[in-house]
Amino acid sequence: MSLDNTDVEKIAHLARVDIEPKDTPEYLKNITSILDLVDQMQSVNTEGVDPLSHPLDAVQRLRADDVTESNQRELLQTVAPAVEEGLFLVPKVID
Amino acid sequence: MEWEAVIGLEIHAQLATKTKIFSGASTAFGAQANTQACAIDLALPGTLPVFNKQALEMAVMFGTAIDAEIGKTSVFDRKNYFYPDSPKGYQTSQLFYPIVGQGELDINLQDGSTKRIGVTRAHLEEDAGKSLHEKFADMSGIDLNRAGTPLLEIVSDPDMRSAEEAVAYAKKIHSIVTSIGICDGNMAEGSFRVDCNVSVRYKGESEFGNRTETKNINSFRFIEKAIKGEIIRQIEILEDGGSITQETRLYDAEKDETRSMRSKEEANDYRYFPCPDLLPIVIEDEYIEKIRNNLPELPDARKQRFIEQYQLSNNDAATLSSNKDLAAYYENVAQDCNDNKLAANWMLGEFSKVLNQHDLSIEQSPVDAQGFALLLKRIKDDTISASGAKKVFEAMWNNEGNADQIIEAKGLKQVSDTGAIEAIVSEVIAKSDKQVQQYIAAEPEKRGKMLGFFMGQIMKASGGKANPGQVQSVLKPMLDAMCD
Repeated sequence: MSLDNTDVEKIAHLARVDIEPKDTPEYLKNITSILDLVDQMQSVNTEGVDPLSHPLDAVQRLRADDVTESNQRELLQTVAPAVEEGLFLVPKVID
Repeated sequence: MEWEAVIGLEIHAQLATKTKIFSGASTAFGAQANTQACAIDLALPGTLPVFNKQALEMAVMFGTAIDAEIGKTSVFDRKNYFYPDSPKGYQTSQLFYPIVGQGELDINLQDGSTKRIGVTRAHLEEDAGKSLHEKFADMSGIDLNRAGTPLLEIVSDPDMRSAEEAVAYAKKIHSIVTSIGICDGNMAEGSFRVDCNVSVRYKGESEFGNRTETKNINSFRFIEKAIKGEIIRQIEILEDGGSITQETRLYDAEKDETRSMRSKEEANDYRYFPCPDLLPIVIEDEYIEKIRNNLPELPDARKQRFIEQYQLSNNDAATLSSNKDLAAYYENVAQDCNDNKLAANWMLGEFSKVLNQHDLSIEQSPVDAQGFALLLKRIKDDTISASGAKKVFEAMWNNEGNADQIIEAKGLKQVSDTGAIEAIVSEVIAKSDKQVQQYIAAEPEKRGKMLGFFMGQIMKASGGKANPGQVQSVLKPMLDAMCD
């Protein structure tokens, strides 16, 4: 799989990662080497092997449907940059 | 060439759990902003999700209700995108191994026929928070109470060919999820939201056309209007030689049209991958069978039972059985007043009309089943006429007392005493010389139609209290006797 600088910019945008244009070639090199490794792994015959969705050989534990959380709005909102009328404020977003 | 629409629906049913899908915060509707959003819902560092047992059980209930394959191992995936109402930067959903696989159901169409519709899959996911854009000048307000609310997204096969079929399908799903109690079905509060995928093609073609997705429609009427409008829009574009852009659209109920939702179309690239914070969910056959065996009565079975137990017509049974609460109310009324047909007629007629006028659901009705049954008993035992009963019902609706109290207070008890009725009839005939002469002069076969005038006068003279059946049986012989 071969990528170019545009792919790197697109991936960075999707992940909202701000990268310097001068660093793009370096990222391209690193990501490409990771993908090369993936290519190499894909040459292994995995027929009949179920995909692994989690490295731990365990299953999900379940929680009873009981309310255990109380209202901690004031405390939780102390880390927010802007709050009004109980709402978190963010720069206006409309698409 | 004739056009054909191809429609598939994605329905988001909010599961009626007490808490969120991955946290112990309450899901109760209408709380103050952010008072039900805990550290997990806010995606604070160091928090981990723990899956809600009840959400799993409800999803499996739905799967067994539509005879679907149940995923014995299902996996949560991350759907990555950035939007402020989703603090994690992804939505936890299920792409590769959903909890519910292929199933099917029958929809009921207007003409009484049914059509089988496939359900591709149903998967568990979390809802996002709410953005309020209008409240502040340059900022958006974010309420994360809804973030993490469990949803079951039910995806249909593209099996529907008209807006009517799509609405019938949505109603059927609504009926199933409310009957088995996994969703409150409240569309106004967003508990049941529908995305409509619509494309058109020439009839007989096997390829699908480009489709659009109209999102988050929250009423059956709007589903119908949005789809009808979208079909017309697409056909017009194609007939003008244009092409359909694959895009997300919004239905504007005020203008009754759909419009494009994103100005610059950025191809969705969600980069799904299995969520490392959650382990695979593994369930046993025994668990599935236990749920299947304890499933509440499904709408189709209830309809069949109504036809057999209450001797209702197919259509009446379909309507009365479609909603769990309506069905329970009907059964109480029918059993209490001991007249299945009378109960069905009143519930589908006057009662439904008044509920609709006040935009109320059955469980909000100010008249309970027992009170309603008493009214029907008074019609049955001839205490009141049908028109008198409507007045009594109106008063009951306004909490003026029970049927007997109202009949008494308003003097609506109908007169069934033959002597009293004969007296009123004689009096009206005596006062209506002109009409009596016309009656006598008329051809015998035309006389029947002329009785209406006398009936009206008699009912008026009795203050609406004369028993119409008895008046009729007295009136005609009296008039006919005058003709000889």
